[in-house]
Amino acid sequence: MVPDVRLALESFDPAAEFTRFAAAHDDAGGVVSFLGQVRTGEGVEALELRHFEPLTLPGMRELAEAACARWPLAGMLVVHRSGIMHPGDPIVLVAAAARHRRDAFAAADFAMDHLKSDAWFWKRERAGGTWRWIEPRQQDYRDLTRWS
Amino acid sequence: MARLLFLGRLEDIAGADARVVAVPGVVTLAELLTMLPPGLAEALAGPKVKLALNGVLVSPADVQVSDSDELAFLPPVSGG
Repeated sequence: MVPDVRLALESFDPAAEFTRFAAAHDDAGGVVSFLGQVRTGEGVEALELRHFEPLTLPGMRELAEAACARWPLAGMLVVHRSGIMHPGDPIVLVAAAARHRRDAFAAADFAMDHLKSDAWFWKRERAGGTWRWIEPRQQDYRDLTRWS
Repeated sequence: MARLLFLGRLEDIAGADARVVAVPGVVTLAELLTMLPPGLAEALAGPKVKLALNGVLVSPADVQVSDSDELAFLPPVSGG
């Protein structure tokens, strides 16, 4: 099984992606998904994610392949935005399909923990007209140690 | 000219996402940093900054930069 891993430079439709993924893996008993989206409220006007062409997509593929090696999955989907987003826009969609639900939950959780603080992205947000770079929280780094 | 790329917050410190530097022959990272403004050099030498030479991760001790090389400075990442 080859994971479906994409770097999206434009907005994508997470519902359509999920529907297509679930249909493609109708042999799997469980499909788990996680959608990260730009929060509304809290004064954030825009979010920007930057990537580094030579490393970002290859790193995402390695991550998905690590999840596939660790759990018996029927399918794995990772779509991550780069570029400028606005409140309500999707940022990341991770989905895992497996015969048993716990493997699917774990694989999606593993992929998200690594995308948050161990993938080649840089994030900044604009509030009150000012851009500010966001670094991972200590909790994000602690989350990574769950898998080592 | 060697091309330096600054990702994330390093772009703000550098004032641009890239900068070209005339490199005499082959230089190490320490030699390259002396050619830059001190504040920027200090930020680039930070312990959490990773390096990619022509798109390939390298350890700071292994950096050898010559004209036509591209060296990217990669600060701590944050995705999702």
